[in-house]
Formats: sequence, structure tokens, C-alpha cells
Amino acid sequence: MINSRAGYGKIEISFTVNGEPKKLRAYPMERLLDVLRLKLGLTGAKEGCGEGECGSCSVLMNGVLMNSCLIPILQAANTNIQTIEGLAAENSMHVLQQTFLDYGGAQCGICTPGMILAAVQLLDRNPQPTTEEIREGLSGNLCRCTGYNQIIDAVAEAARRRNSA
Amino acid sequence: MTTERIIGNSVPRKEGRDKVTGRSQYVDDMVLPDMLFGATVRSQIPRGRIKNISFADSIPWDEFVIVSAKDIPGKNCIALIGDDQPCLASEFVNHPEEPILLLAHPDRHLLPQAVKAVSIEYEPPWPAIFTIEESERCTEVIWGDDNIFKTYRIQKGDVEGIWKKAAYIVEGEYSTGAQEQLYIEPNGMIAAFDESTGITVWGSLQCPYYVHKALMALANLPAEKVRVVQMETGGAFGGKEEYPSMIAAHTSLLAMKARRPVKIIYDRMEDMAATTKRHPSRTRHRTAVSREGKILGGEIDFTIDGGAYLTLSSVVLSRGAIHAGGPYYWPNVQIRAKAVATNAPPHGAFRGFGAPQSLFAMERHMDRIARTVGLSPVEIRKRNFLQPGQTTTTEQVVREAIDLGKLLDRALEVSDYTAKKKQFASKNQLGSSRKGIGIAAFLHGAGFTGSGERYLSSVVGVEGCADGSVRVLVSSTEFGQGTNTVLSQIAAEALGLPYESVTMAQPDTLEVPNSGPTVASRTAMVVGKLVQSAALGVAQTLIFSKLLQEGYSADDFRAACKQYVSTHSPFRCWSRYDPPSDIFWDDEKYRGEAYAAFAWAVYIAEVEVDLTTYSVAVKDFVALQEVGKVLHPLLAKGQIIGGIAQGIGFSLYEKVVWQNGRMQNGQMTNYIMPTSSDLPPIRVFFEELGNFHGAYGAKGIGELPMDGPAPAILNAVEDAVGVPFNSIPLLPEDIMDGLAAASEENSAVSRVGRR
Ligand code: FES
Ligand code: FES
Repeated sequence: MINSRAGYGKIEISFTVNGEPKKLRAYPMERLLDVLRLKLGLTGAKEGCGEGECGSCSVLMNGVLMNSCLIPILQAANTNIQTIEGLAAENSMHVLQQTFLDYGGAQCGICTPGMILAAVQLLDRNPQPTTEEIREGLSGNLCRCTGYNQIIDAVAEAARRRNSA
Repeated sequence: MTTERIIGNSVPRKEGRDKVTGRSQYVDDMVLPDMLFGATVRSQIPRGRIKNISFADSIPWDEFVIVSAKDIPGKNCIALIGDDQPCLASEFVNHPEEPILLLAHPDRHLLPQAVKAVSIEYEPPWPAIFTIEESERCTEVIWGDDNIFKTYRIQKGDVEGIWKKAAYIVEGEYSTGAQEQLYIEPNGMIAAFDESTGITVWGSLQCPYYVHKALMALANLPAEKVRVVQMETGGAFGGKEEYPSMIAAHTSLLAMKARRPVKIIYDRMEDMAATTKRHPSRTRHRTAVSREGKILGGEIDFTIDGGAYLTLSSVVLSRGAIHAGGPYYWPNVQIRAKAVATNAPPHGAFRGFGAPQSLFAMERHMDRIARTVGLSPVEIRKRNFLQPGQTTTTEQVVREAIDLGKLLDRALEVSDYTAKKKQFASKNQLGSSRKGIGIAAFLHGAGFTGSGERYLSSVVGVEGCADGSVRVLVSSTEFGQGTNTVLSQIAAEALGLPYESVTMAQPDTLEVPNSGPTVASRTAMVVGKLVQSAALGVAQTLIFSKLLQEGYSADDFRAACKQYVSTHSPFRCWSRYDPPSDIFWDDEKYRGEAYAAFAWAVYIAEVEVDLTTYSVAVKDFVALQEVGKVLHPLLAKGQIIGGIAQGIGFSLYEKVVWQNGRMQNGQMTNYIMPTSSDLPPIRVFFEELGNFHGAYGAKGIGELPMDGPAPAILNAVEDAVGVPFNSIPLLPEDIMDGLAAASEENSAVSRVGRR
């Protein structure tokens, strides 16, 4: 059992978060989600279920979409983490953030950071996805508000804007 | 007719940029210095009397703040409609998730172990009841004298006389299961207490003034010593209408005892098991029909399972009862509605609020009537649709120029219904799957039922600010539906300002007036109208003070407003709900104008049933509705699609598995909501009639889409496989059983026939 109050047992973790090198002390089994939210103040990743089902805690780890609620911080050592906060420079927006705004992809917004990161990975791997491929590619991220149609529109439009840019 | 600049345009969602960049602050994102974390010890048994509570030695209890019912300064209840639900059980428990003790500690990781280390002993178990039928039998009386929370009777014409005249008498029974709202952000709250200012709570919630009322009664504090602030809220759908009052009460008690701020965030399992879900229901229809397929009249029995305490059941029941007759003309009808008690956690508000249950029954029953009479599902509906000038079951005259037949025709056309119906009929004979197509026609009343809006007497404010912009002050909350955006549009339109010149105050009871709860699809229609008139008040103030003239430009307005504020101070104009004088409602007889306006809709679902796996896929979905003026097409469409997705879940996926009043599948792994790959493209169409009551002619929209999917889909499944299913959720195993039973019956019939 982890006694999270004990002073020993913590290890030093180095990793890169949104392009910035970070070094901190944490228990090896602490969840990456908690480290991001509580230690680094990056609250864009949300906890919807804590068991790898909803995807609202998604982050990109070395470019791969991961549920940060399932990642012990130990596993994140020496990796490159990207969260929603690091997607675009301050006062600017990533094309997906813009299309989510334009196409109604965010309603309550709680799934949105994870959903956008899932879409980033999708478009990285498949710059011209079909509607079916978008549906499939986002199926690990649950949204209770939108019924997904407008999210799919937003992703398709982002692909169009990118390909025509 | 003026042309509107902002109304009807899909302007950017007001808080959208913060949402897509991850900057929005939800309650769990907020941290206060010195904050503790709280947890709840619950009953675990459905019914009994507490004998003893003990604390295991393994836990350093002196580090914990522990709160029991004895620590409640005021009344031990969550004040809502009735006062029957305790905040913390002190002696009796009535459901397995009843809160008994509260614990707080600085380290949230220690709480689960501590909760487990509390053991509660009960007197030898008391028998409990879990279904509508058990509750009706009254072998155990768990609430009042007869387990009945509330009954209504709607009576129109004379039902006695109709049976003799009927060519057909059609009977049916229909049932719907509990459904979890499953907002992706679980419930959560933070409370802080200070002698001089009282209690402040920040939380994920729909109705700041419900929480305010509950905390005043609980803590015995005057209104000004209770402050409720809504944080960005990650979905609600009715699920954050009432239960946040409970969590606010719990965090407040802990904070008062600890003298430190306390945060409680439910994990997914606690949220699913303990908080409210949609009421399970049972509806029985008995209908007299003429040879031509006209409804002569009928009896409708509508019963819902309210769980252990009254909470909002009486109101859910009322809406369900009023919608039970669907969009049809009933010359004679008797609707008997009843909410009963069981030993489950109280059921509560969920988008649609009783109407999805009774409309599911009505629209399944309509297909049954069609088959009995030998008419098509289209024809039977056309012959019975309400027409302008006719009256609803509560004898409300339909004054809108609605033409449901035309609405239906249009839906048939865009869904290619006739061709598909033909194609499926012949093609259905072959292959390992069957396709079918089904219709649901329905209505949804916007705003509070009957005299509700009159009692609420909502107030909104609009403020002229120092920089020349205006700010809208309402307690109506944003939780995804677009409250912020639509109310800003209305204020901007009314004042002739750009949309960007309007901001929304954060819902904070210290600052915003009580514009009523954010429920019942009332925000755009009722609150919107008040925002419009308060906004006009701001312009009037500037015009009266001679700083502005009619026909002003946006720049003129800004300059005048700036000047006014610099010489006076920021100023606010208020507007209070004034009930239209022509609305009549009799609460005793349940007769009259039930709603200020109805939205009308026809939905068409196409399904494919796989005969190997028995799974149902929705292949196409057409949603056509008349909702008055569409204020923001993109948001409106998003509301409709989102509601339909939840409706598809309600029909085909989402089953709450109960054991002794407890939800057994309180996880996203075993309570299944639709993913992006489960859903069809949903095609949305609006018809606009315009309406006299709402802001710029808007009616309610949020709940409507929840009503249609279930009956349309089950009607389509019957069309596909030729076997009726009348209970939802309809899972593959139900279809397998149903088809097996039907084929057994068929072979029995053919055996009999051969003899
Ligand atoms: S919180 Fe990580 S997947 Fe749901
Ligand atoms: S926008 Fe609310 S859950 Fe996706």
C-alpha cells in the first residue's frame, strides 16, 4: 500500500511538459493526472472516471494519446508530455481549437481538452480522415453533451483547413 | 417586422475560448489555502434502524473532522418541495446510499480507508421494497400511509361512455428504466465558513438558489449569510438540479466544524450510485378507437418510482402526466398519475423530466393502435393529430398555427420514409439482419408547468458598466446548453450593441438575482424575455437622463453609458416575470394552460437488427421540430443532436442494474453510453412558426430531443423484426428472448392449426 503521507519513497522525476523541462519529487505510483493538476497547476486534463474509460484526462505522451489517470508518474519519466495548455501559444489557437469553437464541438467543455488532443493525434496520423475514421479515432473519448456530430464536423474542417493551408 | 442582427446568427460561444484552451475553471480545478477533503459514509443497507456506529483502531481518527446529524445547527433536511430527505441519517435509513457520517482530512488519499473503517450496526434487517409493484402492494409501508408521494388526475369529457361506441379497444403496458445522467464532470463542491460572512460554496450546479434555500434551512442562517457560486459546470442534464444541495450541505457542515475550507468531489462510482437518476416508469393505456381509427377516448395510468424521498417526484410526475396524451386530440380522457416510494436512492430530474417516459408509452401505443385498426403508422397519427383550436388533455386550447400533418409529411420526405418502408418490407425476408423504420410524433411544454412561473416570479438584471459595456445578471447557469451565449445575444439585440459588448456575471447569489432554476427548457423563453426588457431599461435610463437619443449607434451607447457611470455609479435595471393575463391554470383540477408554449416534433429512426448478435444499430435519424424562433442555429442543433444521443442511449444501451436498491454497475466500463462510433449521423431540421411569449419568439428546446428517440427506435425495431418490444432499455438479450418467445408462439400456433 502506498502511504502517501510518508516522507520517504518519493523519487525524482524529470520530464518535459509542453516544451518545458520539469523536475519534481513524487511517489512512483502517483498518477500523472494528479501530478499535472496538483503539482504543476495544469488543470486542463480532467478526471471523468479515473479508470481509463472516458478520455477526459487524455494527454499526449511522446505524441501518443494516453489516459493520464492510468499512468504512474514513474512511467512518465524522461518523456515528452503535451497537455491542452501547451497546444498553442498564449493568445493564439490551434486549428482544432478554432474549429471546435466554430463548429460547436465544445458544449460543457469538460471532455474538450481530451477530445482535442485525441483529434490532434488522429490528424497527425491521418491528415485526411473520412467521417468513419474520425468516428473510430475519437471513440475512446466520451462526450455526453454533443452527440459527437459537431465534434466530427470540427475535426473534418480542421483537416480541410490544414490541407488547404 | 425588424430584421435582427444577432438573433438567429451563430455567434461564438461566450465562454468557448476558455473551454477549448483548457482555461475554464471547474470546481475540482479550484484550490483554497488550507483546504481539507471530505468523504461520505453511507448506509449500504436499503432500510433499517441504526443501532451503533464504531470506528476501527487502524485509523488516526484525531486527525479527521467527523460530522454527524448532531452537528447540524438548523433543520436536518435538504429543503426542496418537502422536507422529508435528511441531510444525514440519525436513526433510520431508507436507501442504501443514505449519508450518515462525513469525514474530512487534508490528505484525500486517506479518506477511502477511513470510510471503510467506520462500521454501522443496524437492528435486524427491516424488509425493503424495490419495485413499483412492491410499493403498490403496501406490504411494507415506507413513506406516509400508503407509499404514495403524489397523485394527479386529469379528466376531460366522459370516459364511461366511450367503450360502447368503440370499434376497437386497444390496451398496452409500457415501461422505462432508470437512466444515469452521466455528465462527464462528477458532482463536486467546496465550502468555506467564516463567522462574519457565513457560508460560501462553490460548485458544479444548475440552480444556485435551490442550494441557497437548502443551506439557509440547514445552517439556520439568514439569506445574506449564505453565498452560492456556480463554477463552470461539466454537464448536468438535470442531474445537478437537486443533489448539489446535498453536497453543499455536507461540505458546509464539515467546513463549519473544521473552520477550514472543505472540498468534496465524488468519484464516478459514488456519483452514479448515490445521486439521482431518471425515474423508472410504467404506463398502461386503454384506448377506445372508432372504425376509422379516430381516438374516442381512453384511460392512461402513469406511475413512476420516486425512490426513498419525495425530492422532485411530484413535479416530474406532473410533466409526465400532462404529456401522456402526446400530440393527439382526445375528446375524452382520464389520466391517473402516481409517484410511489421504494428503498432506492431518490430518482430525480433528467432532461425531459417525466415526458420521455409517458411519451415513449404513447408513441409505442400509437403503433399498436395502427396495427389493430389496420392503418399505417403515418395514417393513424394524421387522423388524430391536435389541430389549432382543439384542446389538449388539460383543455388547453392550441392557439399556435401548428400543422402536425405537414410536419410529419416533411419528415417523411427528408427521411425517404415511404421508399424505405417498401424496400425494407420486401428485403426483410433475406439475410442475417433486418432493417426497419419508425416514427415518433410528440410535443414538449416549455417553462414551468401551470402556475409554476407565477410562483417563481423570476427577476433578472442588466448592468451598465464603467467601460460602456453591459453585463447580464441572472442565476441561470451555463452547463453546455449555451445560456451565456443566448442571453448575451438577446441583450445585445435589444440594445443594438455588438455581441462582444455584453458580458455575463458569474452566477453568485451575492450578486445575481433569482431568475429561477435552470431547468424545464425555460431559460431562452422565460429568462430571455426578462433579459430583453431589463436591457431595454438600461437604454431607457440613458435616454431619460438625456445622454442618449432614440436611434442611437453602438458608439453613442457606449459613450452615454460611460458618462452615466462616471457621474453616478454602475447602474442596474431589473425586470420581474409578469404572467400573461390570458393564462389560466387550475391546480386542483389540473386543468387549463399547462404551458406557455409547446415545441412540436416528428422524429424518424432507421434501424438495423443483427439476427446473429441481436444488436440494434441506428442507421439514420431525422429530427424535425418546430421550436419557435431559433436564436442560435449552431447551439440549437447541438442541443438537439446531444439530446438524441442521450435518447439513443436510453433506448438501446443504458441499463442500471439494481440489487437491493443499489446500482451494481456504477462505472463507465459497465454502464454503457454511446461513443462516437455507435451513433449515426443525426439530421436536424427546424420549422419556425414564431411564438408570442418568448424572447424574439423563442420556445424551449433543451428537453424536447429526449422525448422522441426511444419510441421512434422501438417502433423501427418492431417494423424490422415483426415482434413488439415495450420496455426500455432494449438490450440484445431482450431481443433474443423476445424473438425466441415469438417463434415458439408461432410454431405453437401452427401446430394447433395443423390439427
Ligand atoms: S479520467 Fe482517465 S479515462 Fe476517465
Ligand atoms: S462537451 Fe460536455 S461532455 Fe463533451
